[in-house]
Parts: sequence; structure tokens; C-alpha cells
Amino acid sequence: MNRYPLWKNLLIGLVLLWGLIYTLPNFYGEVPAVQVSSGKATLKLDASTAIKRVEESLAAAGIQHDGLFADVTSVRARFRDTDTQLKAKDAIEKAFNPDAADPSYVVALNLLSASPQWLTSIHALPMYLGLDLRGGVHFLLQVDMKGAVTKRLDATTGDLRTLLRDKNIRHAGISREGAGVVVKFRDAETQARARSVIGAANNDLQLVEGQDGADFKLTATLTPLAQKTIQEFAIRQNIGTLHNRINELGVAEPVIQQQGLDRIVVQLPGVQDVAKAKDILGRTATLEIRLVDDTPGALEGALQGSIPPGTELYSERGGNPLLVKKQVVLTGERLTDAQPGFDGQTHEPAVHLTLDAAGARIFKDITRENINKRMAILLIEKGKGEVVTAPVIRSEIGGGRVQISGRMSSEEATDTALLLRAGSLAAPMEIIEERTIGPSLGAENITKGFHSTMWGFIAIAVFMCAYYMLFGFVSVIALASNLLLLVALLSLLQATLTLPGIAAIALTLGMAIDANVLINERIREELRNGSSPQAAIATGYDRAFDTILDSNVTTLIAGIALLVFGSGPVRGFAVVHCLGILTSMFSAILVSRGLVNLIYGKKRKLEKLAIGQVWKPGV
Amino acid sequence: MEFFRIQKDIPFMKHALVFNVISLVTFLLAVFFLATKGLHFSVEFTGGTLMEVSYAEAPALDKLRDALGKEGYQDAQVQNFGSSRDVLIRLPNREGMETGKVSDKVMASLNALEGGKPELRRVEFVGPQVGKELASDGAMALLLVIGGIVVYLAMRFEWRFAVSAIIANLHDVIIILGFFALFQWEFSLPVLAATLAVLGYSVNESVVVFDRVRETFKKKRGLTTPEVLDHAITSTISRTIITHGSTQIMVLSMLLFGGETLYYFALALTIGICFGIYSSVLVASPLVMWLGVSREQFIQPKKEKQEAVV
Repeated sequence: MNRYPLWKNLLIGLVLLWGLIYTLPNFYGEVPAVQVSSGKATLKLDASTAIKRVEESLAAAGIQHDGLFADVTSVRARFRDTDTQLKAKDAIEKAFNPDAADPSYVVALNLLSASPQWLTSIHALPMYLGLDLRGGVHFLLQVDMKGAVTKRLDATTGDLRTLLRDKNIRHAGISREGAGVVVKFRDAETQARARSVIGAANNDLQLVEGQDGADFKLTATLTPLAQKTIQEFAIRQNIGTLHNRINELGVAEPVIQQQGLDRIVVQLPGVQDVAKAKDILGRTATLEIRLVDDTPGALEGALQGSIPPGTELYSERGGNPLLVKKQVVLTGERLTDAQPGFDGQTHEPAVHLTLDAAGARIFKDITRENINKRMAILLIEKGKGEVVTAPVIRSEIGGGRVQISGRMSSEEATDTALLLRAGSLAAPMEIIEERTIGPSLGAENITKGFHSTMWGFIAIAVFMCAYYMLFGFVSVIALASNLLLLVALLSLLQATLTLPGIAAIALTLGMAIDANVLINERIREELRNGSSPQAAIATGYDRAFDTILDSNVTTLIAGIALLVFGSGPVRGFAVVHCLGILTSMFSAILVSRGLVNLIYGKKRKLEKLAIGQVWKPGV
Repeated sequence: MEFFRIQKDIPFMKHALVFNVISLVTFLLAVFFLATKGLHFSVEFTGGTLMEVSYAEAPALDKLRDALGKEGYQDAQVQNFGSSRDVLIRLPNREGMETGKVSDKVMASLNALEGGKPELRRVEFVGPQVGKELASDGAMALLLVIGGIVVYLAMRFEWRFAVSAIIANLHDVIIILGFFALFQWEFSLPVLAATLAVLGYSVNESVVVFDRVRETFKKKRGLTTPEVLDHAITSTISRTIITHGSTQIMVLSMLLFGGETLYYFALALTIGICFGIYSSVLVASPLVMWLGVSREQFIQPKKEKQEAVV
């Protein structure tokens, strides 16, 4: 009765073999590598040609590599040591980015698994280590959705003004009030006309008529659908902008993901210069182009405290005060690109801007009407504005290609271009959570987690073998296979392993032994009650099964609750905990029974089990 | 080797009242400490900035405090952490402060100090909105665990078991929290995870005993309810101690080798495991008795199939 059919033995064997294969990559460690990926959204990396280029550039520099790999988005080259890696990075950088001021590709240092090709090709990868184990920065950014909607309303205010002027409808003032735009009219007839015009031109708006004293009012609010679209667009655009900004940092494997409705997670493994990363990311800025109020005397008045209505006081980067109109001409949404370069005639450093079609049209109108006046480009960071540059408009500029030049060094041009590009965020963002782990702490955490698990395991193994003899040894093998399967599963799923995750591995092992203790105690009890050894094994396993199932399900309930509601470290713990409970069910019941069956199953006349001393009352 | 050589069933239920009074007193003490001292919540819950910096030589903490005070962070807590060369700095969130940039400014002012330059080991910044969410998520997780376990146990056993198990084990949770309040240990997210894991874990302890209770009711006639409970506890006590011992070995290993991050996690587990044994055996069982469990509830009408007997 204590024999498994062949298929069951085979199944157990196959599962263990599978576990072994997928655990293997974790033993190979990592080697230095250089990774090339596209640095621009418009540029797609073609793997086959890129791999050739990397190979050629390495050959030209006389650097030997340990293998080239390509996937959809990047090409990676492995190297023997970090010295070669650094040299190779320079060589590849030169080949791929001949113009250092305008890099098209991101060439970054990285670590790659040293596991052999055949393992990688069956998708057997080492466990994906969390930031607390490998070092790096984690940010949680909150997108200000209200800000996105408000911005749209501000733009709508301008649009309505233009629309009514184009259609020759006279109004008595347009202003944004709360979550809506209010247009006032002198008479009901104009109000009705305006309503039909606006309704035809803009179907994102809900219009409500009203009266305010003698004035007729039309209140326009955004439809819920339009608001939703704006918010979805805002988060998408912000993620895109973050991608671009992070590309500037040259991080090998950045993670940028939406979390919930209005949050973005950014993880930058291996980034050492946190301040710079935060500086580039944290520039949660939006870009606005406005006109400068050059009315004589206005600036002087403003400096004395009487700021004219409709304007705001800012200071230029040089420190000179500047009076800027509140009305926004263009926002960063209309800006598609900004690049540093040189003026074609004067050879002064310059910034070249590209606007989209709507932006180009508006820009053309504005420049035609404001020749020889100044316009200001502002970066708005968390409600505070900074004038990046305030050039004078020399002539009407059409076609959407704009050049800003004069009074700047080429470094400043690069900076300004970066700021402008980065500034085209749809909605302001704020860092609401940050976790930085230095690389040395990460390595220490791995050692600590590993040691806790190892010593705990050894202690349990020694105890089990001493207390339950052969059955204890079987339990230890089952526990080891549990560990093997758990690691394999984590590697296969590429679930992020964190320090709490390692703690969960240790805890799961400590709890998993429970099943085997239950079984062994049951077998002893059966022997004590006078059962034959074979019968004791069979009933012991059968009886223990229900208890094991019940206790594992209750533990799993707690695990799932943690998984659902946990975030950050708790989630890392919960994932491993839940998976561990599942693998422990398999290994404690099937693997240990299979082993016991192999050892004792064929013996017809079994006198004694090596399960340690079985004490009988009254003997 | 056989540790437990028990001749007769130990009459646990005779002393049921004593056990319940002991747990009631510990429970009330825990509640008292929670109410008077409160939990020392980590940055994750309260919001704020936590920085760990490491120096080549032990720095004078006063100087660091002064430097930070000059920068406007008078409320910074500066303390040693692990060794005298490692320093932990805590800063609460304040209105109007550019929260995301605090760590950069602190680093800049530390770097400006004379003496060794610090190495930044770890920064944790949590905005105020995140902390509130974490607290409510934690409460939701607790409710889900309680609800799930009660429903499952009620299905598999009987409502009396479900109720006793959850009361017994919630009392563990409160006691763990009581310890954290009494000693003002830091209550962080991993500790919360450990607490909930303990809840699942000690319920599984009660399940093992209840399994035996059910089995004994079915198999042995003529025993009174306290006798049945005594028998069930006595026959599982060896397994209980050994299992918990093994788990505790692992936890002890974490306590010793796991470093600062895992320390409180392991500590919460240790308390949970110790009280888990006590409560699931000596609190849950008397509760079941007082809720009026009896043999009739397990003897199914004849038409029930035989395989229902386990």
C-alpha cells in the first residue's frame, strides 16, 4: 500500500528537475555588461544592426567581449571585468553617439547574469532583486490631476475668447471660476448665439445658462468624459516625459509604471547619484510661454508693490525683475522637441524648439502681433514660476520652428533645452515617497538574509535528523525541495525579491516543517497504538493530510490579505509567503511520501521504522 | 529520542479558568499600554524622512544636530544606529516644506561639516498622504484576515470553533502590539506583516487542536467535553512544541543574523509564536467549551456518507 504508481514518482521527479533547472541561474552570479538602448522615443533600435555596430566598435577598439545579447529594446554585451566594461562603454558610446551633446542612444553600465546561454533561452533567469538588495532609488510620484484639469480650463478660457472674437460675438468678460469658465453677455440673444457657437466648436464642454444681476451668464464646465480623458492623457504624458528624463540619466533597467489612478512608480536600480536623479526627476515642472508686460512704468510700479492686474512679477535667471502677463499663450503640451545647437549665422549657442501644428499657428499669430516685444518662457514648479528665458520677438515666426539665442553659453543652451523638453509635463507631479538604498547596504542585506535562512535551515535539519532519524532526514529533504521549488518559482515569475521576501522564505521554511512534524508524530502515535509499520505510514500520512490542508488554508488567507492590501515591503513579503505555502504543500506531502515509499514501500516484512524512539506508556 | 512521555491526559480544562484569567490580565495590560503609551510608528506610517548615514570615524552627534538645527531642522532626531559610526536621522514632515528635497539638503549640510564625509546608506521619505493610506490598508488587511478565517473555520468545523480561534488569536495580536507599545519598539510595515502572518499561523495551531477534538468526539464515546479537550490537547502537545520550536529556530536565526531591518520583524514573530502556543491551546479550547461544544454537533445523521469521518 505504500507504493506510488510510476507516473506519480515520475511527476515528482520531473517537478524537482524543473525546480533545479530554474534555480540554477541564481548560482552563476553576475558579470559586468554594457547596455545600449534607444534614447529617444522617435528612434527605434534595430537589434540586428545594433549588435553588428557594437561588435564592430569593440573590435575597432580591440576589446574582447564575453557574449552579445539582443532583445526587443536593447543590446547587451558582457565583459570579463569592470575595467574592460568601462573601456567598452567609452568605445560604444563613441560609436553610437558621435555628437555627445545630443545622444541618440543610452549607453549604460549594467550587470548581467553569468548563466549559460541555454538557460537564458528557456527563460531561466536569476531572481529579480528588489532595490533594497541591489541598491538604487525608488520614487512614488503623485500626479496632480486637479492641476491638469485646471490647466485645461485655463487653456479653454483663452480658446473661448479667440472663438468669440472670430465669430464677432461681443461678451462682457471671460473668467475661470472654480471648476468652470464663466462668460458674461449683455443680452440674451448674444448669449444664445454664443451657446450654439461654443457647443458646435467644443464638445468637451457642458454649458449652463444663468443670470448674474443684469448680465447673462454662460457657465462652461468640462464633461466627466473629457475630465477622464484629460487625466488619462496627463498620466500617460507624464510617464513618457519621465522616460525621456530618465534616459538622460543612463540607467540600465529603469522601472516606470502607473500605480493606481494618479501615481507613478519610478525605480532606478544601481543609481548612485541620488541627488542628480531627484533633481532631474523632481523637476516636476510645467512649461508656459507668456508675453512680457513692457508698458513703461509698469515694472517700476510693480517693484514698489502695485502689480498691475493680469500680470505677475518674476525674476529672470540673471536676477533682473520681469513683469509677465498672466495669460498663457502656449503650454508645454504644444512643444514637441527642444534641442541645443548653434545659430546658423552668428554661430552663437542656441536652443531650437519645435511646436506642433496648433502650437505653430498660435505662435505665428502671437509673434506677428508682438514684434519687438518680449516673450517669457516659464517653468512652473509646484505653483512657483521661474523664467527660463525671455527673448525678444524679432519677426513673425511661422512653421513651428523656433530658435532662442543670445546671451547664453553652449552649456546653458544644453541645460535650457533639457529643461524645456523635460518641462512638457501635462500635470504637475510631486514625490510622495522615496526610498534610497546604498549599494553596500544592498549587498549587506543579501548576506544577512542569506545567513538567517542558512543557519535556521541547518539548525532545523540537525534537530529533525536527531529527533526523527530517517524520517527526519526525509523531512529535511522535503524542506530542501520546498526551498528549491520556491526559488525556482520566484525566478520563473521574476517576482521582485526584497529583504522582507527573504524573511518570508525563512519563515515559510520554519512553518513548512510543521506538516512533516505532524506526519511524523502521527506515525509514531499509530505505532504506539500498535499498528504495523506499513499501516502506520499509510494512516499517518492520510490522517495528517486534513490537518495540513486546514492549517495551510488559514495561513494562506492571511497571506492573501497581505497581498491584496500590502504595498512596498509588505507585498514583497506576501508574494513569497503565499507561494511558499503552495510549494510546501507539495513538498511536505508528495515529496516526503514519495521518498518514504521508495525506502519502505517494497519491504514486505517490515519490523521497525527508523523514526526515532517510540515510547509507549506503561513500558 | 522522545521528549514527551505523557502517561495520562493532562487535565488542562480543570484549570481553564486560571488560564483565561491570565490571558485576560495580559490582554488588559496590553490594551492599557496601547492606550497610554501608544505605538511608536515608523516613518512609513507617520510620514517624514529617515536617513541612515555612515562615517569612517565616529562623528559627534551634537555637531550634527547643531548643523541640522541651523538649516532649520530643529526637530531632527539624530541617533546612533548599530555602531557609533552609523547615524540615523529622522525628520518629521512639516507644512510648506519641500518634502521631497529634505534628504538632499540634509546631505549637503552634513557634507559641509568639518571632519569625515558621510556615506549615504539609506533614505526613506514618505509623504503625509501615503502614511494615512498605509494605516487604513493595514486595518483592511486585518479585517479581511479575520473575516476569511472565521468563514473558513465555520465551514470546515463549526461556528464555535471559528469564534474561539479568532478571539484567541486576536488576543495574540493585541499582546504583540502591547509589547511594541510598552517598549516603544518601532512599529513598521514589516512588523505589521509579521503580526498578520502570526494571526494566520496561530490559527493554524488552533486548527490542529480542533481537528483532534472533532476526531475524538467521533471516535470515543462516553467522554465528557472537558475530557475530550484534554485528550486532544495532550495528544497534540508534542507536535505543537516541536513545530513551534522549529519555527522559532528560524525566527531566532533571523533575530541573530538578519540585521536591523529584520530585527523587529523577528521580534514580533517571537512574541507571536510564544503567545500563539499559549492562546491557541489554553485560551481557544476553554472558549470552545464555554460556547457549549458537544458530541452531538459532530455526529452527523446516518445518511451522511462514511467518508465524512476523518
